[in-house]
Amino acid sequence: MIYLAIVFLPLAGALIAGLFGRVIGDRPSEIVSTALLMIAAVLSWIVFIQVGYDHETARVPIMRWITSGELDASWSLRIDTLTSVMLVVVTTVSSLVHLYSIGYMHEDPARSRFFAYLSLFTFAMLMLVTSDNLVQMFFGWEGVGLASYLLIGFWYHKPEANAAAIKAFVVNRIGDFGFALGIFGCFMVFNSVNLDTIFEAAKGMGGQTFQFLGFDADILTVICLLLFMGAMGKSAQFLLHTWLPDAMEGPTPVSALIHAATMVTAGVFMVARLSPLFEHAPVARDVVLYIGTITAFFAATVGLVQNDIKRVVAYSTCSQLGYMFVACGLGAYGVAIFHLFTHAFFKALLFLGSGSVIHAMHHEQDMRNMGGLASKIPLTYYAMLIGTLALTGVGIPHLIGFAGFHSKDAIIEAAFAGHTLNNSVFWVLTFAAFLTAFYSWRLIFMTFHGKTRAAPDVYKHAHESPYTMLIPLAVLALGAVAAGFVFAGEFVGHHYKEFWANSIYEGPNNHIMHDMHQIPEWVYWAPFFAMASGFGLSWLYYIGAPWLPEATARTFKPVYLFLLNKWYFDELYDWLFVKPTMALGRFLWKSGDGAVIDGAIDGTARGVQWTTGRTVKLQTGYIYHYAFAMLIGVAAILTFFLRSLLTGGAGQ
Amino acid sequence: MDIGLGHYLTVAACLFTLGIFGIFLNRKNVIVILMSVELMLLAVNINFVTFSHFLQDLTGQVFALFVLTVAAAEAAIGLAIIVVYFRNRGSIDVDEINMMKG
Repeated sequence: MIYLAIVFLPLAGALIAGLFGRVIGDRPSEIVSTALLMIAAVLSWIVFIQVGYDHETARVPIMRWITSGELDASWSLRIDTLTSVMLVVVTTVSSLVHLYSIGYMHEDPARSRFFAYLSLFTFAMLMLVTSDNLVQMFFGWEGVGLASYLLIGFWYHKPEANAAAIKAFVVNRIGDFGFALGIFGCFMVFNSVNLDTIFEAAKGMGGQTFQFLGFDADILTVICLLLFMGAMGKSAQFLLHTWLPDAMEGPTPVSALIHAATMVTAGVFMVARLSPLFEHAPVARDVVLYIGTITAFFAATVGLVQNDIKRVVAYSTCSQLGYMFVACGLGAYGVAIFHLFTHAFFKALLFLGSGSVIHAMHHEQDMRNMGGLASKIPLTYYAMLIGTLALTGVGIPHLIGFAGFHSKDAIIEAAFAGHTLNNSVFWVLTFAAFLTAFYSWRLIFMTFHGKTRAAPDVYKHAHESPYTMLIPLAVLALGAVAAGFVFAGEFVGHHYKEFWANSIYEGPNNHIMHDMHQIPEWVYWAPFFAMASGFGLSWLYYIGAPWLPEATARTFKPVYLFLLNKWYFDELYDWLFVKPTMALGRFLWKSGDGAVIDGAIDGTARGVQWTTGRTVKLQTGYIYHYAFAMLIGVAAILTFFLRSLLTGGAGQ
Repeated sequence: MDIGLGHYLTVAACLFTLGIFGIFLNRKNVIVILMSVELMLLAVNINFVTFSHFLQDLTGQVFALFVLTVAAAEAAIGLAIIVVYFRNRGSIDVDEINMMKG
């Protein structure tokens, strides 16, 4: 019952706000949907404690959904530790974002629609994380994609917002294509889409091959790679990442909820959920590992030079998702989910803090037009500061630290313990941690410190946000501080086996969770120094010697432009896919549709018209013409019959 | 000179052709068309009677009587139509009766 309430209260909120929003008004819709979400959040924490600490797993059947031949997908909730962690993340962040939106969106005329979308998104996300079979997961997967599309394009009068929404949808389609193929593959191989059946069958499948695209391919590797393609799209991994920064066109609460805390982590959740498959597909796991590494590095470099405050945070999200996939690829799923968990708090905090800054600055997002805001909006400043401390992973090894310290450093340690080639992954991640510290502090310094670069009247009117916006910041700040050391013992520490129980599977050769505690002392300190030097360099660049950034940009102009243009990925895709597709579309439109199809149909119509035009002329309306025609006809018939009569007669 | 079958038929054919040309060449009056039609029917009647006589079969003459009846009825109806048409249009010129075109 409690599980059903968690899942369906947001749906009820969405329906009430969406269908009756016009009737009951904006304010009641806000209150109803927010209140329902808060109830769901409280219940989620209860479930989390029940499942995580008292190990009460459950399957809650709701209804039979699809039964066709051997395909049997019933709609049921799968409640285990992994689900309960995700429930907590989703409902907590979502309810805070609902509350925050009451303040942030208070001028928007379509607020009830906005809240309906937010609640709908939450429902779809809960559907995804509670799924007991792949089809149900796909339903949630597409549901969050839809909600994401609707929310990115919420301000549909802005052309950029529409373009970004379409881009997000299309790029996700590419990933979802792989995901769907993966599900088909699972059904083909295992004859079932139910997770338990698949997991049971997968144990004996390692190393078996089947025909795929004409090659003999390892079954599980192919399936896992296809499924991972879906994860790459949803979690904005390298090559399919281009939609995430553009998605910042949506309202800021949306960015915090969907594009930082929940939806984009669905890919990580999926890989962790399907750990019994990935554990038997080492090649696929290596792909996950290296894609994650590249993403972590790539996004961090781009984040260095962006000027839009939300885009910096967006690239940071992309980079952190890369970290999570690295952990998945190493087989340390618990660590990945731990980082997901802590990241949800501090990244939502950073986004909502950015929203508060934007709110204060009257929708100014360019950091070059900010500065010196710390005294103007002190509470937001402290919230952002805590978020940054958590993101950069401030903490003392072996002792205590902010949330990001416990989770991110655990990933870096696991990367060392994973023995990748020349420890490359470890070094890249450590360097990415340095970059993370640099761009995060750059954001803080450029926004809050130094002399203001804002227009004088904007700066004068900069004001602290209302309490509806500050309370979520405070709660998330608490999470960003405490989520690390409170839960580290359960998620990744010595109790991790009891905590995760059967929700995460580790293969017989997977000792990463053990090995990551058996590493040299200096490895613990490496991310610490990366973080500290990132902070130091950032301070030097933006406080100590403010002329340095421009000098560096001028000296390394090609590199700077390369990063500023996001490695030219948009341009590359534009040239590689968009332009040819547009050209093909134009060709099919002008030549195929216009000339051939329309030509054929219009030509037929014109031909008929021409023929009838001529035929009409035959109808003169003069009686004697008709009579003449009749005469000719009679004469012709007579001639014909007489002829046959005569020749017939001659024959006899 | 003996008047044979051929002569009768020739007369009938001449009458029939006259009727046809009466229909086609007439540009003025619808009544002339009606008369031409009558002429053609009479030509046909001559054919019937001729063959009836030469084949010693009364059926042809009976048929000729029927044709006369029908012709009378047709003339009555045709004239009635023309009267009505004249009332409506104020003219029965053949050249002006061309409303039945597309």
